[in-house]
Amino acid sequence: MVAPNKIVLINAFVHPDIVLTLNLSEWDLLVRQARSAGVLARLALLLKAKGLYEKVPEKPLNHFNSAIIYIEQFTYTVQWELYLIQKALNKHNIPLILLKGAAYVQADNDAGKGRLFSDIDILVKKEQLQVAEKAFSNHGWLFEKLDKYDQEYYRKWMHELPPMRHFKRGTNLDVHHNILPLTSHKCPNADKLLANLVQEKGDGIWVLAAEDRILHSAIHLFYGGEFEHGFRDVSDLDLLFREFSKNKRFWHKLLERAVEIEQSEALYYAFRYSKLIFNTPIPEEVLDSVDISFSVSRRAIMDFLLIRALMPDHDSCDDQWTGFSRWVLYVRSHWLRMPMYLLVPHLLRKSWMRVTGKAEH
Amino acid sequence: MFYISIPPFDVQLETDIPAVINSINNMYQYSLKPMEDTEKFSDFHIKIASPSRIRKHYRPQVQFYIDGKTPFKPLPLSQAFPFFEWGLNWCIASHTYQYLLLHAAVVEKDNKALILPGYPGAGKSTLCAALVSSGWRLLSDEMAVIDTKTLELIPVVRPISLKNESIKVISEFSASAEFGESFLDTAKGTVAHMKPSKQSFIQRIQRAKLKWVVFPRYLATKPTQLIEKEKGEALIELAENSFNYNVLGSQGFNLLCDLVASAQCYKFEYSCLDEAVDLFQSLVEEN
Repeated sequence: MVAPNKIVLINAFVHPDIVLTLNLSEWDLLVRQARSAGVLARLALLLKAKGLYEKVPEKPLNHFNSAIIYIEQFTYTVQWELYLIQKALNKHNIPLILLKGAAYVQADNDAGKGRLFSDIDILVKKEQLQVAEKAFSNHGWLFEKLDKYDQEYYRKWMHELPPMRHFKRGTNLDVHHNILPLTSHKCPNADKLLANLVQEKGDGIWVLAAEDRILHSAIHLFYGGEFEHGFRDVSDLDLLFREFSKNKRFWHKLLERAVEIEQSEALYYAFRYSKLIFNTPIPEEVLDSVDISFSVSRRAIMDFLLIRALMPDHDSCDDQWTGFSRWVLYVRSHWLRMPMYLLVPHLLRKSWMRVTGKAEH
Repeated sequence: MFYISIPPFDVQLETDIPAVINSINNMYQYSLKPMEDTEKFSDFHIKIASPSRIRKHYRPQVQFYIDGKTPFKPLPLSQAFPFFEWGLNWCIASHTYQYLLLHAAVVEKDNKALILPGYPGAGKSTLCAALVSSGWRLLSDEMAVIDTKTLELIPVVRPISLKNESIKVISEFSASAEFGESFLDTAKGTVAHMKPSKQSFIQRIQRAKLKWVVFPRYLATKPTQLIEKEKGEALIELAENSFNYNVLGSQGFNLLCDLVASAQCYKFEYSCLDEAVDLFQSLVEEN
């Protein structure tokens, strides 16, 4: 395994000052790892915030400047898109509730600075889902080409509508009514999340409470199967922990909330890997009080798989087990998502579609 | 491994495909840097290689890798070098937001630069190759790279890509034009590359000041004529021809306004290269 502290990108996040010691070929690797992991703009803004930007040599600086210009336009586009989404929902008195990347931006969280995302994820009460779907299709959001099977699969088993895309602007919208599939035995009660929403700016846009934002981020990362952005997502967690821990009683509230919505396992993973990779300052007594018991062997297996899967998606961070680890975790995510009697036919159909070349994706 | 210096970019290219190695050695002759320097920063890390072991012999293919990722579908092996050129265009266009990038050829004479924006088939590269063969300096055949603070044009000296009939037209027009191999049956038909003049390489870090924006159009039966173009119209067409106007947002709009305000804008119809080259020479002398 490539140890996390041997990866220049991780070192730059943990101790930004080390960039002062880099030679040009190390800068070369840093920019490549950051770009591959989707955190080039985040790194650029971090160096700015730490007063190190002026020290960056011209060649890498060009790439940081380019990334910052891109993220500025991206953020502007997101604001406009949110305005249009809110307009579509307002007519039906449905509140706009943001999840994940868009929520971090809305709440001005550190995790939102320099954060790119390809879809805007929103949460809608299940009983308002049909009205919301109609409102969006009236305003130009259409379902991606999906056959009857996919449509039914999403509606029956998943925690979201099939992905929508605006026919003109090409922007993607994911409409959720929960944060885990209904078939997952870990699926929380959505009403508990909806009861704790907060409005950060007084503009009618809601986000999950700080603790829930963290727990959702953890659930998405550790029960999901896509690790292309795993590094960025664990960096989100690190930044959220660091930011919120300035609030009084935050750790206590977080532990309590995890018990309340039965997500202590996800929180355990979030603590463990955020600390292992980013050296997040989480107090020992907090780590010890997570209400979960892991056998030593299970922990060793998860470490083996997750530390590899969560490294930046770049050749220089891979070893011979990285691809295998990501594959095992991908299979596991399906396993967690639904019971066997649903999973086996679903996977068989997926591979049949792929082999016969009928798959769209 | 090649280190290709195309200011303002440094490109690292790994390939074991003989056709690519030959074309690089020929077309980028003056741009290759020695390897011994260990302190290196490359803007783009490109690999051109076969995508699978199985297809090495049966209908062999080639893939373009940028830092291990594959943004494109593989192409037939015979198109390996054009694939490098197109892929590099894509790399620059999708990673360079600190400059305004227009799809256009740029040439210069007496420190007066001429931008030739081009819809496909309009004859931008043909005109560009003819001017470069007649003593103009090449800044770029594919994209105008514009400094967003000073509006100066930044050279990116690379081979000129000619297609189909243009290849014959230019080799008849100029005996001194140096061509690489011809690549048949690409998505754009037959493609061949013309090596930039040595003078263009020597001046490859010298920026130029914009004087004219000319929208060329090759029309077989039409007489050569230069027609003044409304600046508003020129602005809209430049925006349509930009790679990153949408990302630069309002800054991009303001830049294009300043650009067309500072330049003379024309439509240009031509069927005869000699007349075209004479006409641009007379423009240089007039001003």
